[in-house]
Amino acid sequence: MSVMALAKALGITLRHFFSRPVTIPYPDAPVPLKPRFHGRHVLTRHPDTGLEKCIGCSLCAAACPAYAIYVEPAENDPENPVSIGERYAKVYEINMLRCIFCGNCEEACPTGAIVLGYEFELADYRYADFVYTKEDLLVDTVGSKPQRREAEERKKPVKLGFEVPYVRPELEGVKYE
Amino acid sequence: MIWALFVTAVKALVLILALLFAFAYITWIMRRGLARFQIRLGPNRVGPFGLLQPIADAVKAIFKEDITVARADRFLYWLAPFLAFTFALAAFAVIPVGPDGWVVANLDMGVLYVFAVGELAVYGVFLAGWASGSKYPLMGGLRSIAALVGYELALGMAILPVVLMAGTLNLQEIVEWQRQHGYFIVYQFPAFLVYFIAALAEMSRTPFDFAEAEQELVAGFHTEYSSMKFVAFYIAELLHWIVGSALIATLFLGGWDAPFGLPEIPVLWLFVKWAIFIFLVLWIWASWFRTRYDQMIRFAWGVLLPVATVWFLITAYYVAKGGMA
Repeated sequence: MSVMALAKALGITLRHFFSRPVTIPYPDAPVPLKPRFHGRHVLTRHPDTGLEKCIGCSLCAAACPAYAIYVEPAENDPENPVSIGERYAKVYEINMLRCIFCGNCEEACPTGAIVLGYEFELADYRYADFVYTKEDLLVDTVGSKPQRREAEERKKPVKLGFEVPYVRPELEGVKYE
Repeated sequence: MIWALFVTAVKALVLILALLFAFAYITWIMRRGLARFQIRLGPNRVGPFGLLQPIADAVKAIFKEDITVARADRFLYWLAPFLAFTFALAAFAVIPVGPDGWVVANLDMGVLYVFAVGELAVYGVFLAGWASGSKYPLMGGLRSIAALVGYELALGMAILPVVLMAGTLNLQEIVEWQRQHGYFIVYQFPAFLVYFIAALAEMSRTPFDFAEAEQELVAGFHTEYSSMKFVAFYIAELLHWIVGSALIATLFLGGWDAPFGLPEIPVLWLFVKWAIFIFLVLWIWASWFRTRYDQMIRFAWGVLLPVATVWFLITAYYVAKGGMA
């Protein structure tokens, strides 16, 4: 009967009233992300030798639908190699304003060097600051460029606004918190 | 004489300030409460738990541009919010918050006064609808009149058995009667139900809030109002909720009387009972649909009024036979 339906409606809302709100007060509380979230890229290293996985082949740049990636390779010095191959990426730049976070670069990479991570707080003020170089992408770097700049000014560690249940294995060597 | 006038004036001032304070925080309770019903957090940025939000809202409203629509009837357009606001404030004057003296005006026809002032407040709504010179407010005003035609008889009919049983129209004496014999919600449960449903319509709350149905009428009768004029309507609207809840608590739940032999503290017990109805209305607001106004009139005339009338006759028979004398 309709009165029962009305009572049922009241019951549902009352149950909601006493349940935890689903709202995430984002800057105060971290956003829970899925492990396969597509965020800022990471250039990984081989964990045992510490050499870069990237061999400067530019396949990521070829696969990129937004032409966001620029790679300039150079020959490795055999005495003191940067990567395991013959060549390494002397310049590796991703324009975060162009990037659509599709993950094609990750799929094209023959050595698993470029992997999409979790960081999404990339907002900045100037166009030039959105070009992420190797230093900004390499595996030990935590935080986006604006985050690291702010952390440096305030003399505090970078505070990341997300949490993941686990870091997926492709992100070799990446540690969050 | 002068002294008595002075005391009444001070009481009235305190009451007005208390009501405006209650209004400010009822907006907070409303927004936080509705949010919790919808599993949200609600405003929590300004101050602890968002407690300073009403102040921020007030500052914002004051600095908004005050627009008058070109087609508006200037005088009525200006008058309407003041009517709505004034009469919404005035209605609380006869509701006792404690024993003798804890009421601004201890009128012998208190119930009638509440009704009269409550009806006058509707003028504010329908004048606003008419004077705005715009179709949405007009529809909103029309609907509020339609609602008035619907709920008013049921509201009056539901209160008659109470008045009949207590033998007085004085709200203070109605409370006294309940202190001696027990609350009217026990003796007059059908009347309470009818009164509560009709009061929802009087407060224009869900399920009878069609006078300002956002989906159809933008904002209903106050669509063309901005800045403090809008605030006046907003205050009036929420004051109906505040006063209506206090009135139900007074008529059916014993007003300021302390239940279960608990210590008598003026204001507190009325506040507690008032809060129950505030929550109840908010709960219904968060849960139910909105009726069409023709459905509401059909319901009011076809169900509420007959039920109230039959119950009134039963009570009248009972009282005439000398029960509860």
